[in-house]
Amino acid sequence: MDLSDTPQEVEFRARLREWLGKALPSLPTKPSPDDWPGRRAYDLGWQRTLYDAGYGDVHWGADPAVRMIFLEETEKAGAPYVGANFVGLLHAGPTIAAEGTGEQRARWLPPVLRGEEVWCQGFSEPDAGSDLAALRTRARRDGDDYVVSGSKIWTSHAEVADWCELLVRTDPDAPKHRGITWLAMPMDAPGITVRPLRTLAGTDEFAEVFLDEVRVPVANRVGEENDGWRVTMVTLSFERGTAFVGEVVACRRVLGELALAARENGRWDDPVLRRRLGRLNAEFRALWRLTQWNVSEASEGVPGVGGSVFKLRYSHARQELYEAAAEVLGEGGAALDLEQPWVLDRLSSLSYTIAAGTSQIQHSIVAERVLGLPKGR
Amino acid sequence: MRFQLTDDQRALRAGVRELLTARFGRERLRAAMDAAETPELDRGLWRELGTAGFFSLRLPEAAGGVGLGLPEAVLAFEEAGRVLLPGPLIATHLAAGVVPGAATGETVVTVVDGGGVVEWLGAADVVRGDAAGAVPMRSADPLTPLHRVAGPDSGDRTDVLLTSLLSAAEQLGTAARVCELAAQHARTREQFGRPIGAFQAVQQLCAGILVRVELARAAVYAAAVTADPADIAAARLLADEAAVRGARDCLQVHGGMGFTWESDVHLHLKRAWVRARRPGSVTECEEVLAETLLSEAR
Repeated sequence: MDLSDTPQEVEFRARLREWLGKALPSLPTKPSPDDWPGRRAYDLGWQRTLYDAGYGDVHWGADPAVRMIFLEETEKAGAPYVGANFVGLLHAGPTIAAEGTGEQRARWLPPVLRGEEVWCQGFSEPDAGSDLAALRTRARRDGDDYVVSGSKIWTSHAEVADWCELLVRTDPDAPKHRGITWLAMPMDAPGITVRPLRTLAGTDEFAEVFLDEVRVPVANRVGEENDGWRVTMVTLSFERGTAFVGEVVACRRVLGELALAARENGRWDDPVLRRRLGRLNAEFRALWRLTQWNVSEASEGVPGVGGSVFKLRYSHARQELYEAAAEVLGEGGAALDLEQPWVLDRLSSLSYTIAAGTSQIQHSIVAERVLGLPKGR
Repeated sequence: MRFQLTDDQRALRAGVRELLTARFGRERLRAAMDAAETPELDRGLWRELGTAGFFSLRLPEAAGGVGLGLPEAVLAFEEAGRVLLPGPLIATHLAAGVVPGAATGETVVTVVDGGGVVEWLGAADVVRGDAAGAVPMRSADPLTPLHRVAGPDSGDRTDVLLTSLLSAAEQLGTAARVCELAAQHARTREQFGRPIGAFQAVQQLCAGILVRVELARAAVYAAAVTADPADIAAARLLADEAAVRGARDCLQVHGGMGFTWESDVHLHLKRAWVRARRPGSVTECEEVLAETLLSEAR
């Protein structure tokens, strides 16, 4: 049990800190959440900056402990996170790196690392959410192309994406996990319609994508035909452990801000509120330790299910954090004013127990894969 | 960073588990609780624990100890918690090197540490703190005799912190054990023609127990490494929660059997309740953690 950095980690952390201190002041102004072209340019620009400084592949080239230090330090320094590069860097990229041909890796990976191309994810469908393998978007073979029809939903960054990692059904007669194929679809292909979806927070965070006889070259298939489910599992397991490092750091900072704000406005004198914040401090400290634990396991190559355990507790804790923030904001309707800090976060935190596998599904995963309980449903 | 257990730590954990399984298995547990109205402390076992280094674990080798640190102590106490090992283990461990005979298991030590009750007063050779006017009570835990006592704590902050940490380690052991018991029962008990673990409502209970165990484990181990008061407070809060709620949910998974004297689940719950009442209460921990927010945000 050792929580201190190794000499290499000390060196990496120091070098990164020094570089961030120089790089961040020249960062352009962050665009508004509704400015999609602006967001694209901003996120790609940051990735390019990282690439030029030698940090471009830290999300998938590096040892998990190094990646964790990177995420911790960049968050503490107030640097941008991956943003529109999320799918490219954390989902599609690693999948192509693991499962793609040499030609595919050469075509798709460098533009992701250099901040030149944006990817989006076409997995969920209106009738395939938690039951992802029930997806129905059809792809039939026609010469050197697949012809794809169907619809996808919850596709973040669809408006500005160049590529979509797309799951399609290539064999409707096979058992549902066996007839799925993974394709890279160019987003400028004819037949694609993107319709933004407004979230409860009032932002156009994601979109529906309608596909009408879209032609995707067979050469864009990663993995074998009908082997897409296995390929997908590679993708989904990738970010386990480190996905939320930056967010836990950020939550701990918010908690400190809440305490200061409460002392400022007198709410700190309420022992119930004070103790509630104390309990949240225990929660987020422990979540940070659990992250370190999971990363240590990942460094040793232990597959582990730490990801599901972490996500279950973290998603809930994040919601509780912003519920407490509403308490801190106190009387006078501040907690209902979207201009106040934390109010929008309270809204967006509601997605955490749903996105990337609902808490209910995560419970079943933990029960079946860790505790060995029989398959339910 | 290598937060995982070292090979030596794994070996130590395995060794303690082996010793405790051999010397305090389930039969011994049941025999101990059925033996008498007021449980007796097994002096032979106590000396064996002493010989094995349980009490002298953190004493320097020059002083006749094992020369290990808090992480190792936490692993040993986690194992003790798993099997519900009875006795004033923490008080005796903390008295090693201070009270003659404590390190070797010759002397049984208990402490009055301000929690309003004192454990194992009758069996102790040495009582640290003021136990004057102590009144015996009918203990909810059949394996932890308790006296009510008015005395204040010893005033030794280090001892209070270490008691909290080692208590959290015991709670972690209990939490991990009830998680296993719940999963075992859910896998084997059949209703409606299938194991009850196939029902999502039961899966949810079991998964919830595990999530609390894993979070508590990370917090307890980290606190053992840093010995930081806020880390210890966090570990204590999460381990108490993991043990008490875990035992209650485990009892629920067991259904009617869980409500019987014959089941072990209630023993875990009752011990978890005793440990949760030890000094360094929920309120104190939460206040420490709240205050830390301010001092760290400044």
